Amino acid sequence: MQPVRASTRVMAAGTALEAMTMATAEKIAAEEFSAVVTKHRPHIFRFLLSSTRDVDLAETLTQECFLKAHRNWGSFRGESSAMTWLMRIAINLQKDHWRNRRMQFWRQAQTHSVDMDEASEWLPSGERSVEQKLMARERVGQVGKAVEGLSERQRTVFLLRYVEEMELKEIALATGLNEGTVKAHLSRALARVRAELGGKR
Amino acid sequence: MRFEKKAGGASEVSGVGGVSKFTDEAALGVEVDEAIRDFRLSVHAWSEAAYSRPRTAPAAAVRRHLWRLASAWALGCVLVIGGVSTGGVYEHHQREVRIAAARAAEQQRQAAQERARQEEEDLLAKVDSDVSREVPSAMEPLAQLMAGDETQ
Repeated sequence: MQPVRASTRVMAAGTALEAMTMATAEKIAAEEFSAVVTKHRPHIFRFLLSSTRDVDLAETLTQECFLKAHRNWGSFRGESSAMTWLMRIAINLQKDHWRNRRMQFWRQAQTHSVDMDEASEWLPSGERSVEQKLMARERVGQVGKAVEGLSERQRTVFLLRYVEEMELKEIALATGLNEGTVKAHLSRALARVRAELGGKR
Repeated sequence: MRFEKKAGGASEVSGVGGVSKFTDEAALGVEVDEAIRDFRLSVHAWSEAAYSRPRTAPAAAVRRHLWRLASAWALGCVLVIGGVSTGGVYEHHQREVRIAAARAAEQQRQAAQERARQEEEDLLAKVDSDVSREVPSAMEPLAQLMAGDETQ
């Protein structure tokens, strides 16, 4: 039997330690990612639902978003919050989905979008009178209609600001626009909502 | 969440907790604020309901999937049958062409043989006619005599 050198033993121990460290790091990363999914999945789904108005499509895009995020989790440096990073992926997926013209026919055949003003049906009643509830529903329907008529970018910015309640800086990071442009889009979107509500007064 | 309206008409977002500036537009500002808040509540409620709905393979989705599967199979079958029949027709056509070519070749071969035989016969006839000679006229009476003896 040949004697094992001390250096060989040290190297073997080093390799084993490295493997253990990598396994531990992977486990920690998986746990972190799992926590991120649990925390942010409803928000991403909500944004995609309000944006596409199609429950099935929103679910599919949410799945794709987290699949993509999982693949790139290692490259996430934490320069922005996980939510902003995930929202950026979701926005890009949504853009890709609508801009991909190859499957346009199938998409048109399969679209299950509902009118945005149908969101008013979900308005929590709270402590309001019947008349107040009806008026609130009507107003929500008007906002929905105005949102539906916005351009894709204006709608995204509006939904991120007023439905997801994100800060302008976060919206800028998520959309890849600068803050000034975000403000301009938001201003136009609000003007449209205001006009819709004002016109019906 | 509130927003401000500029004197020039363009509204500017002031962030969460802002207050409408001008009293003449305050009513509309409040109304817009309330409408947007209600819109947010509606979308949140809609999303929560959709997110927490039981995932029991919705019939519409299953039906759509089955339709897609069935149409894919039908399309595949049509393509395979089309491919096979096109291949069969092509193969049949090729066989017909080969048979016609073989027949034409056989006819040509027979015609060539006939021509060669004819040429050979013509040649032999020409040789016969060139080689054979007529009986000289001086021997003719003798020949007649010989013919008379034979009759007697």
